Order: sequence, then structure tokens, then C-alpha cells
Amino acid sequence: MSTWHEYIEDHGSAPEWPYPILYEKETVIQSDVLVVGGGVAGSHAAIAAAKQGVRVAIAETGNLKRSGSGGVGVDHWHAACTNPCSKVTPLDYTEAVMESMHGYSNGIARYITCKESWDTLLECEEMGVQIRDEDDEFKGAEFRDDETKLMFGYDYQNRHILRIWGHNLKPLLYYEMKRLGVVMCNRIVITSLLTEGGRQGARVVGATGVNMRTGEFVIFQARATIIASGGAGRLFSFAPEMTAAAAMSTMNSAGTGHAIGWNAGAELVLMEQTGPGRLSGYGYAPYSMGNAHNTYHGVSMVDSNGKEVPWVDAYGRELKTIEERFLPARDQKFHLGPGIGISMYAEPYRSSDLARDLPERIRNGEFQLPLYTDMTHLSEMERRCLFGMMIGNEGKTRIPIYDTLTKAGFDPDKDMLQAPVMAPEAYQHSNFWGGPPIPHLRSLSGGGFLVDWNLRTSLEGLYAAGTSPVFGAGCHGESHTMGRYAARKAAAYAKTCAEPVLDRKQVAAEKSRAYQPIRQSKRGAGWKELNHAIARVMQDYCGKYKNEPILQRGLSLLRDLRENEGAAAFAPNPHELGRMLECFSLITLGELVMHASLARKCSNTYLDFHRIDYPQMDPPEWAKHIPLRQEDGKIRMRELPLDFHLRAPYAPAYEENYQAANKQEVLGHA
Amino acid sequence: MPDKVYMLPNSPAPNKGMNFDAMRCNGCNQCVEVCPTDVMMPNPVKKTMPIVLYPEECWFCGACVEECERDAIRMTQPVGQTISVNWLRKETGEYFRLGMKNPPPPNLRPPSGEKRRRRRV
Repeated sequence: MSTWHEYIEDHGSAPEWPYPILYEKETVIQSDVLVVGGGVAGSHAAIAAAKQGVRVAIAETGNLKRSGSGGVGVDHWHAACTNPCSKVTPLDYTEAVMESMHGYSNGIARYITCKESWDTLLECEEMGVQIRDEDDEFKGAEFRDDETKLMFGYDYQNRHILRIWGHNLKPLLYYEMKRLGVVMCNRIVITSLLTEGGRQGARVVGATGVNMRTGEFVIFQARATIIASGGAGRLFSFAPEMTAAAAMSTMNSAGTGHAIGWNAGAELVLMEQTGPGRLSGYGYAPYSMGNAHNTYHGVSMVDSNGKEVPWVDAYGRELKTIEERFLPARDQKFHLGPGIGISMYAEPYRSSDLARDLPERIRNGEFQLPLYTDMTHLSEMERRCLFGMMIGNEGKTRIPIYDTLTKAGFDPDKDMLQAPVMAPEAYQHSNFWGGPPIPHLRSLSGGGFLVDWNLRTSLEGLYAAGTSPVFGAGCHGESHTMGRYAARKAAAYAKTCAEPVLDRKQVAAEKSRAYQPIRQSKRGAGWKELNHAIARVMQDYCGKYKNEPILQRGLSLLRDLRENEGAAAFAPNPHELGRMLECFSLITLGELVMHASLARKCSNTYLDFHRIDYPQMDPPEWAKHIPLRQEDGKIRMRELPLDFHLRAPYAPAYEENYQAANKQEVLGHA
Repeated sequence: MPDKVYMLPNSPAPNKGMNFDAMRCNGCNQCVEVCPTDVMMPNPVKKTMPIVLYPEECWFCGACVEECERDAIRMTQPVGQTISVNWLRKETGEYFRLGMKNPPPPNLRPPSGEKRRRRRV
């Protein structure tokens, strides 16, 4: 007996809510640094801030021990340019990213992560994360350095991407936070940022939240705040009954950080950038099906007659050997590697891949479906590394895939894993488990807070860390690294800033808003119904093809949802109240995406952005950022060059800026 | 045949999320504590396995399975997922799938790093 239905049948009545109901009760938590969001970025931020000797509080929607997109493990670590075996410099890497994205990425975040991601990983090692092949399981492998015992992924020549055994990384961060005395607040849905005098655009002095188990109202008073929240998987796609097993983000990903920052008056940028919603969950469980992407990079795909699909290099030249799939091709510098938060790769940095005309060759009968991933073609060590190490350590694959498949008898030494059976065009991208692309499903991609060389946002007292809150920022290791960096800056600020003063009127207004859903008639819509409606508006009015009338209509429908169905929506318990408040954040986020889409009056290849009323692709006068913020509830926008991070007031070179931003700190250490 | 039939809403299929082994579970609620999305609630009957209240919020990460010291939880993926995961044994040409009736014997090889993990514990 473990389902609700079984309980009812056994007891004849519904179980009472198991936690005390504390609606309206206020708890004030004071700290020097508050971290909003406790995934890997937030947790590492909390640790780094605590090490600076300040008082730290961290607020998390789930439970800090295993929550966040990286909470159940990780198998590789990008941009470790300063590891002793790397042949890629931070500058090479950063410029490769910026060149690939034609400037529409974040040079600051990339350079910072390249400089510090290896140090951050060493810190993880100190906490107990295994980052070296100490058991000599892979001794002599091409992807291993026998002296340091480090293991490399994707580009065995340049060695800047490390394979690690990160399945228990999050619990280890958790124990470290505990050891350092971080005040850990679980099950808190953050609803707003508090500002000096309650003014939009003023210094951030804390935040408010509601406990999802008790309904208690939590007021955080902080000298500095770091936003380290997640993405917004629920914004464009909401059908958890169908998609949860295959989705790459949890229910907690509600764009809360973006929404509260926007409402507080912070500047956000690139929010108009969306991509195909390949990971929205309408496909198959991540890495559960035959494919040749990311973790499965370099694997052989065969058709139902055993005929192998060729691999090609970035220039379309067929590769002769398996080894070449892991090495830069002739004329290439290095491979950036998959899954670093960019949608395009310039040829000198692009990984090898399956033949790009595969859909055509399936259509004309050269390859017979279904296709299979045949790991037996790989060397024994390569195969063990792919399945035993990477699948065995990555989040959402250790238990759902490794454990589940091996218990069911799957053996990568003997078996071929079938790829999904799809229309030929769906084989264009080698991430087959994502399923066929669904045209009206998009996902946010790259937008976030505009940050400076201190990872500070446009608001005093507010910093951002992690690949969702910071625009154009990367993947797992980058999140840790930014968390660690932003925390040092936030802690330094907290040591010298004035005492934060809360505005009681602002707190009271927010409290009243937060409890609105428990005061409504039970006839009001529930949070799931509201979430469905939000996703529907986003799909219909903010899809791949946009124009002014569609976006304006979408904005008015979102406002209507908030003022009509949203205002009357009902939450029967603290859990549903929390989810409902997240829906309100989603509405705000949807508005922000639409405003940003209205602001860019052109179409753009690199942002996969299509204005059917401005069909010209990439007009040079629109090659710029358009940061947006709110002031007294009005939208304010400005223009910013794509290379703003290398222009006044900053220095013209990356290293110079990095040194300038970290000079004081170095002196402080000495 | 059930002896009594109740009026109940549809089961929240296809998600069941997890299955508890009643003999192993001691109702410690550690899984309830760590679940990132609060899918489970403590059972009012003490020392009994939790109630899966919000199965559709489970994102199948395996945190509960990893956390359970008594190995009492099995991840139960939706049938739409298990029916999809098929594999072919190269030597024999046999077809297998997740959730099949007479599965092949389990592959007992632990993931890489497991040896070290045990040593540390």
C-alpha cells in the first residue's frame, strides 16, 4: 500500500495534511548573503560565501541534499582549461564560444568559468568527489593521463573536458554546507525580492518565500543576494503525466529567479532567444534509447541489417576510424564539446557527428530502420567508460538507466540498444531520445540577468550564478564555478555595505498576494489547469514565428490569466499553494519573454528568432543586445554592443578585466 | 475480485514513480525528506511506507532509490517508457525490452566507481 487510492480504500477517508499548517505566520531569517536556489550553483555559492566568513542562508524549493538539475549526479565537467593536461587556454575557449554564437553569448561568464572551473573541481575533490581514476580501471586508455589519472571526454587531444564520477556530488556539497554552518531552508518557494524603500530598481535587501509544507511566510533579510535558480521547463510545455520521465528539468523549474529579478527592476538580456523544445519530455527518458549524442558521442550506429552509419568531421568528411571521432579533424583547433549551452558551433570547434544526410539516406532506403547503438564496436575501455562510468554517474541516468537497464539484463558488451523509430527527418540530430521535434514547443535558451565582471546584476546587492540565471552561460561545471565566483563578490560587498532595511509596506503587500490562492472559492482553477493555460498561450503566441499583433495579443492574454483565472485560482494546501505561486512567476516570465521578443524588430539566425513582420535575417544594425528592465512598472530598454564586456568602462582584453575584478581579492588574501 | 468497490478518481497513470517493498521499508521517511519535488507524504500510520501523493510531479531522478538504506524502493517507469526501451542481443538475435515477462538474467556489473564508494562507506 503506497498510493493515495490504496490509502482511501483501506481507511475510508483521506489522510490529513501531515505537516502543521502555519499560514500567515512570519519567520525572519537574517544573513549577510542569501542564496536563492539550491542546485549546484547555489550550493557551491553558499559554501564559497561561508568560507569568506559571512553568515549565509540558502533557500531551496526541494531538499538541498539531492535537488536541482545537477542534483542526482554528473559525469563530465566542461571548460577545465587550467587543468594540468589541458591544451586549450581560457582565451581560446571563450573566443571559440563567442565566435560560434556570433557574439550572442556571455564572454564574461565563459572567461570566468574557464579560469576557475578546474579550481572549483579541485574543491569538489576535497569534499570527496572522485575526479581521478584512482582504481586504475582505465589505465592505458587514450582518454586518461597516467600521471594525474584524470580522464578526458570528447576531445582526447586537447583534454579540457574531464570525465568525473559525480553521482554523489550533491550530497557532498550538502554535507559541506552543513559543516560550514550555512542556514539551509528547504521547501521554500521564493515569491519576490525585497528592495530598499520597496522601490523597483533599488538595492536588493532580501526576499520573501512560502514554505511548501507548512505554508509559513519566510522573510529573508540579507546584505547581498545571489540568484542561483533553475530554468523554466514548465513555461512552454506542461503535461507532467506524459512527460516527467523524459523531461530534463524538474517541476521546480518555474523561472522564479528570472521573474523576481524582473519585478525588482533588474536588467535581463537575450530573453527573446528560444530553441526547439527537444528536452521537454515528449521523447524518451534521457539516454534510455539508442543515440549517438553527448554521453553516447563516438558510438557506432547500425541499421537493422547491421550496416554502419558513417561518422563525419565538422566539414562533412567521412571518418575512417573510431579514434578519429574523439579527435580534432585536420584544420580544426579543438572541440568545444556538446551540451555547453550554445546552439551553434563554428566549424573549427565542432565535434564529429553522424553523417548529416542520414535522413535522406533513410528515406531512399540505404539504411533500414530501426537503428541501433552498437557499443561493441568500441574498445572495451571506451565502452565501460561510456556506459559504466558516464551513464553510471550522470544525473537522471544512474538509477533510471544504468540501474534499471542492467537489472533488466541489458549488457553493453552483448546488446544493441534500439533507437526510437521516427520519421526520417527526425534523425537529423543524433540526440534521438529527444524524440521527433514538435514545431510549436520551444524552450528558453540563453536568456538571463545581465551581469558585470563581478557577476553582479544591474541592481546593487544582487548577484547571479548558474547557467539559467546568467545569460549565455554553459552547463554543470560552469554553474558551480559561477556560484563560487559570485559568492566571493557578494560576500565582499556584504562586508562593507550599509545595513539592509526592509520596507514593511512591501513585505505586507507581498504577503497578501502570496496567500490570495488559499482565500479563493474552491470553484477556482487549480495550479495545473492554470499552468496548462500558461503553456498554451506561450505555444500559440510566442512560438517559433512571431509578429507584433501575435505578441501583443499574447501579452494581453497573460495579463488576463493573472487578473481573471489566476486571481480566482484556489490552492487547498501548502504544496499546491507553492506550485500556484510558481505559476504566477511563470506568467511574469512569459511576459518578459514576449516583451523581449517585441523589442527585437528583426529576425536572427543565431537566436533562432523569427519575426514574420521583420523577415530579414541578421540585418547588421540589429547585431546587438537589447537589455530590458522595469522602472515604475514601465518597460525600459537600451542597446548594448555584443562585445560590451570588452568596452569601456571595461578593459579591451579578457585577462585584464579578470585581473582587475579580482585584484582586491588577491590583496585581501595576502 | 475486490470485496468493495469505491468511487475514486482515475489513477494518475501513467506515472507510478516508485514501488516500495513493504517487507524492507521501515517508514523512516528519508525518501520523503530528500525528494526534490515532494512527491511523497509521510504515512499517518507510523513505521509504514510513505504515501505517493503527487506521482505526476516525479521526474524519475532516482534520489529516493539512492537515499534508501534498506534498498526498499524500485523506480517504476511509465509503461510508455518501458515499452520503448528495446534491445537486440547480437549473438542470438533475441529481442528484449524493459518490463518484459521473462527477462534475461540481470547484468550484475556495478557502475564504475562503485568499488571505491563501498570502501569509503
